Amino acid sequence: MATAKIQTIEGRALPIRGEDMDTDRIMPARFLKAITFDGLGEHVFEDDRLAAKRSGQVHPFDESKYQGAAILIANRNFGAGSSREHAPQGLHRWGIRAIVAESFAEIFFGNSLMMGLACVTASPTDVAALMSLVERQPQALLKVDLDTRTCQAPGMTVRIGIPDHVRDTLMTGAWDTTSLLLDRYAQVNAVSARLPYLSGFSSSPR
Amino acid sequence: MGKTLLQKVWDLHTVRMLPTGQTQLFIGLHLIHEVTTPQAFDALRQRGWKVARPDRTFATVDHIVPTRQRQRPFIDVMAEDMISSLERNCREFGIPLYDIGDERQGIVHVIGPELGLTQPGMTIACGDSHTSTHGAFGAVAFGIGTSQVRDVLASQCMALEPLKVRRIRVMGQLPRGVYAKDVILTIIQRLGVGGGNGYAYEYGGDTIDRMSMDERMTICNMSIEGGARVGYVNPDETTFKYMEGRAFVPQGEAFERAKEWWRSMASDADAVYDDEVVIKAEELTPVVTWGVNPGQSIGITGKVPANTSDQQVADALTYMGLRAGQPIAGMKIDVAFIGSCTNGRLSDLREAARIVRGQHVASGVKALVVPGSVGVQKAAEREGLDKTFRDAGFEWRDAGCSMCLGMNPDKLEGDQVCAASSNRNFKGRQGSPTGRTLLMSPAMVAAAAITGVVTDVRELAEQVPAGVR
Repeated sequence: MATAKIQTIEGRALPIRGEDMDTDRIMPARFLKAITFDGLGEHVFEDDRLAAKRSGQVHPFDESKYQGAAILIANRNFGAGSSREHAPQGLHRWGIRAIVAESFAEIFFGNSLMMGLACVTASPTDVAALMSLVERQPQALLKVDLDTRTCQAPGMTVRIGIPDHVRDTLMTGAWDTTSLLLDRYAQVNAVSARLPYLSGFSSSPR
Repeated sequence: MGKTLLQKVWDLHTVRMLPTGQTQLFIGLHLIHEVTTPQAFDALRQRGWKVARPDRTFATVDHIVPTRQRQRPFIDVMAEDMISSLERNCREFGIPLYDIGDERQGIVHVIGPELGLTQPGMTIACGDSHTSTHGAFGAVAFGIGTSQVRDVLASQCMALEPLKVRRIRVMGQLPRGVYAKDVILTIIQRLGVGGGNGYAYEYGGDTIDRMSMDERMTICNMSIEGGARVGYVNPDETTFKYMEGRAFVPQGEAFERAKEWWRSMASDADAVYDDEVVIKAEELTPVVTWGVNPGQSIGITGKVPANTSDQQVADALTYMGLRAGQPIAGMKIDVAFIGSCTNGRLSDLREAARIVRGQHVASGVKALVVPGSVGVQKAAEREGLDKTFRDAGFEWRDAGCSMCLGMNPDKLEGDQVCAASSNRNFKGRQGSPTGRTLLMSPAMVAAAAITGVVTDVRELAEQVPAGVR
C-alpha cells in the first residue's frame, strides 16, 4: 500500500489493439487461484499470448521491443467484465504504470486507481496515432503528465482525460482510501444508526 | 422534483464528501467469498485493522468448490488453500461462514436473496461483478475489487463517484419461449457492452413488473455485462411476497413496518432520469450469443454477421469457428451447462426440466445441471427435478459456480462448444483457452442438449410456456 505521489509516468509504450478487452483475457481465471497477488505479472494476457504463438505470431507482451514498457495504449472499454483486481495487479506487476485508452470499464478503472495505476483516456484518433507511433518507434519515450493533462510523444502531444478526483488522488499520493474512510468514524456510526434495516425496523420509518 | 431509488439510497447512506470529491457511502451488507478476499484480510492484519462490522458481513464458498467429490481436503491443493484461508479469516475476524456442508452454502448471489439478507433500500458490496444481481430487490449493489473489499472490511464504507440513472422500460407481453435471459441479452446487444459505463440501470415497465424475483435477478445480474455496475428494479408486492418468512427478514409487525419503508424507497413517479430506453417485449425472440462478448448476440432465427471488415467481428467469428453469415441454429455443441448466478435458481431448473422431461441428451453431449445453492438443490430434489434431469442423461451436481468461470474442476476441454445459461462468453472463460461459449436461456440450453445442436426451443416443445406469467 504505497502512497507515492504520481505526477508523471514516463517510459516506452506497448499497444494492445481491440475493443472491449475483458479481464478474463487480461488475467485468465486459473491464475486467481492463489491467496496472494505474487507472480501475476508473468501471466498477463497468457491465453492470448499462447494463441498468438500457436498461429505463428507474437503478442505485444512477448515482443522483445516492448519489454520494459511502462505505458499501455488501448482501445474502447478496456478491462470489461469481471471485477478481479488480479487483472490490473498483473499489469502493474509486469511494469505497466499508466494506461491510455479510449475508455475503461468502471470496476477496472477503480481497481487500478487503488494501486496507483493511472488510467487516462484519449480520443480514438489520438489513441490510433499513439498506437502507430509506438509500433513504428517502439523505443520512443512517452510521458503521461497528469498535471498538464497531456500525453507527450516524439512529434506529438495529445490531451488526456482524467476525472479531477482521480488526478488529485494520484498527484497527492492519497490513494490509500482505507485510512480516509476510517477517519471521523463517528459520522459512519451516525449513518448506521439511522438505517431502519439495522435496527430491525423497530420504530416507524423516518 | 421526485427522486430515483438510487438517489434515495445514496442520500441515506452518505457519510460525507471526501476531500477527494468522492462520496463516502455506508455499506449495509458485505458479502464475501474465497477468491477476492485473502489479500484484503492480509492487508487488515498488516495494518492492525479489525473488521468494522462482522455483524453485517457474511461469507460463503462458491467459485472454486468442486460440484462433486467435495470431501476435504480438496484434491486441488490451491483450492484447498483458498478455502482454508477463508475459514481462518472468518474465524479470526468473527464472520459467519456458510461453508461446504452447510445447508446455506451456495453462489453468493443466490444465497443472499434466499436467506433474506438482500433487502430493498440497502447498499450491498461484494468482490464479484455480478453483485448487481441483488438490485432485483431494489438494493444498490456494487461489484468491487479486492482493495475495495479491504476498504469495506475495515470501514464498512466505500469511496464512490455518483452514478447517472438510465431507465430501461420493457413493455408488453413476452412471446412464447422468450425469457428474462433473452430480455437482458437483447438490452446488452442494443446498448452495447460498454453502454452502461457511468450508469445505474433501472429496469421497469409492465413486463418487468410481471416478472418473478428469479427473473428480475437474471436481468439485474447481467447489468455489468452491459457496462452498468449497478442495476435495479423498484421493490413491489412481488418483492415483499418473496421476502416474507425468510431467515433474515423481520417478521410480524416489524415486517409490516419494513414493507412501508421499502415502498417509500422506490423511485418517485416524477423522478428524473439521465436517459430512457424502451424495449418492446413483443419483438423479442430467443437469443444466442455468437461471439466473444455478451453483446455479440442474435435471435435464434438469425445469421451471424457477414461483415468481416469489422476486425472485432472477424476476430470473434474466427475464434468461434463460425462462417460469416451462417445461421446460428444448427451449430453443433459438445457441452450443455445449466447453472450460475444468472440462471441457477429453482425456476430456471423448472423451465429446463420442462423441456427435457421424457427426452434424452444427444449422444456425444456432456450435459450438467448445477443448482445455484444447496437451498435450490434441495427444493429441486423435493420436486423430483434431479430425477427428471438424470433420467434424461444430465449430471446432477452440488452447488457452486461450476462451469461459468473455470476455477474449479468443471471446465471445457480444447475447443469444445458449450451451450451455457451463464453470463460470459469471453475467450477462455469456461476454463479452456480455446473453449467456446454460447450464452442462452436455460430452456434453450436444455433444447440444445437434447438435439445436440443450437435449437429454437419454440420448435422443440409444445409445453414451452407463454413467457412470463
